[in-house]
Amino acid sequence: MPGAIYAEGLVKTFGDVKALDGVDIDVPEGTVLGLLGPNGAGKTTTVRVLTTLLRPDSGRAEVAGIDVLRHPNEVRRSIGLSGQFAAVDEYLTGLENLQMVGQLYQLPAKQARQRAEELLERFNLTDAAGRIAKTYSGGMRRRLDLAAALVVSPPVMFMDEPTTGLDPRNRQGLWEVIQELVAGGTTLLLTTQYLEEADHLADTIAVVDHGRIIARGTSDQLKDQTGGDVVEVVVHEREHIPVATEILERLGEGEAKLEGHTRKLTVPAAGGAKLLAEVIRELDSRGVPIDDIGLRRPTLDDVFLSLTGHTAEDAEDGESGEGGEGGHGKGARGRGAKAAKGAAKEKVTK
Amino acid sequence: MTTTTERPSAAPAPVPGNIGIGQTVHDSLVIAKRNLLRMMRIPEVVIFGLIQPVMFVVLFSYVFGGSINIPGAGLDASAYREFLMGGIFAQTVTFAVAGPSIGIAEDMSKGIVDRFRSLPIARGAVLTGRTFADLVQTALILLVLAVVAFLVGWRIHEGPLKALAAFGVLLLLGYAFTWIGALIGQSVRTPEAAGSAGLIWLFPLTFISVAFVPSENMPGWLQPVAEYNPFSAVVMAVRDLFGNLPQGYQPPDAWPLQHPVLASVIYSVLIIVVFRTLAVRKYKSNAG
Repeated sequence: MPGAIYAEGLVKTFGDVKALDGVDIDVPEGTVLGLLGPNGAGKTTTVRVLTTLLRPDSGRAEVAGIDVLRHPNEVRRSIGLSGQFAAVDEYLTGLENLQMVGQLYQLPAKQARQRAEELLERFNLTDAAGRIAKTYSGGMRRRLDLAAALVVSPPVMFMDEPTTGLDPRNRQGLWEVIQELVAGGTTLLLTTQYLEEADHLADTIAVVDHGRIIARGTSDQLKDQTGGDVVEVVVHEREHIPVATEILERLGEGEAKLEGHTRKLTVPAAGGAKLLAEVIRELDSRGVPIDDIGLRRPTLDDVFLSLTGHTAEDAEDGESGEGGEGGHGKGARGRGAKAAKGAAKEKVTK
Repeated sequence: MTTTTERPSAAPAPVPGNIGIGQTVHDSLVIAKRNLLRMMRIPEVVIFGLIQPVMFVVLFSYVFGGSINIPGAGLDASAYREFLMGGIFAQTVTFAVAGPSIGIAEDMSKGIVDRFRSLPIARGAVLTGRTFADLVQTALILLVLAVVAFLVGWRIHEGPLKALAAFGVLLLLGYAFTWIGALIGQSVRTPEAAGSAGLIWLFPLTFISVAFVPSENMPGWLQPVAEYNPFSAVVMAVRDLFGNLPQGYQPPDAWPLQHPVLASVIYSVLIIVVFRTLAVRKYKSNAG
């Protein structure tokens, strides 16, 4: 039985550009799919097709068991969409924005107002309810936009880059809201450029590049696919690099890599913590002083790199400039001995 | 943030699939209210909408007033002022094209149109609601302009009923032009482009007409263009209904100017039918 969000062979071409090149999706009810990819990969186009905003050239899709192409209006009753740009009316107050959406869902005026007040309360916007949205901060607008998508508590939600451009604190806040929502049984499709965000929120991740899904699985499966754990060593002196390389290659599996101008060496490791201990002992007995050592699970950044040959950030063409400084996958990369296995799961909580 | 979680439930589904006329009207009114609230909060739009026509009233009546020959009245400045107002009124309502074209382009660029399109609402409602709100705005501008015109000496000579009919003809043209704007707003990429694309063609349209200068004063080849211009019919209808034509004035021998009220209504209804169809189709055709 197809899931709450189901798509098969979606193709969409804009001029010469194949925005979607055969996308298949199946999200079981009550779970979260993270669609992960750089700008222009086809994430937004996929969401637009599934939310009835765009007709694909070919393929079919069902949302909440309803055919998206044949019965778009019934689909619209069952979905909530929170977009990349906070789609709230700047010159209406928070209350008016939500009330309007409620009325457009055919709620009677009184009920629409009541529902709007509930949502404002839930999203900490009660104090700002009577102010026009133009005066809201970025985080407040996102919350209002999300509230607008939740006016009828739809069983299926779509969020297109919900935290792009938010500072880490607001991102954290929005994550909590999303987790609450999912705990209530909502099926969610979420797009993101932040590897860390997909890792944190999604049950299943689909990696998108050039309009195709190039890998899918749980965060752990994707990491295993990349080759499992690595041991990471930072030696104190450059002159010790050859010795350390020799040790790592003898104990680990395969070639040790030196990271550019730093003194950081990595090697794939199957032996886990036991191997780490051996490496430390061996380095010590050969008299190689080290600055840092750790066992690191691959981050989704590594996954992306190994799948596409470029990191998610490289592919963004600088467009993410206004986006997420501070919150990227990079922050979660190897923090050496202190982090050990937890490194990949580490969140940025500045 | 509170920790309440809720059971998801689909929106109340009145009649699955079909959206009736009742819902269309309801949704259009909800959208119209939204646009009227915006209008009240950005009064600059209405104020700037007034500056141009008021400026034209003053410039044309005092600068050109004594030098334009009106058949049947000669070079009489006060006769020209009366003659001019029909043209200014009509030109002002055509500027109603700008509101929806800029507004809709803006809503599209900000994702508000996507929000509306993801809701289970009547398809034409977003555009229809917008045009209702613009109609209210046009009526408001006409009212203020009438007061200014009164101050410079313009008068109604044919009684209140015909005057009301004149405003009716003007509002119908204004409403027709908001649908042209609704199409332009969806056809351009940016609100800035919508601003110029919405207005630039209005200058030839309104100047190559009987609005400011009688067509008799134009070169021969241009006269039929001016006389069959739909805009001219409206100008002539308004002058007729307000009684602003000089005694003994003979309208040019073109059918729309001989039957200006009927011609205006036909032209406006035609514009509404054509442009509403195109605009709503464009809105539905998930092109974006």
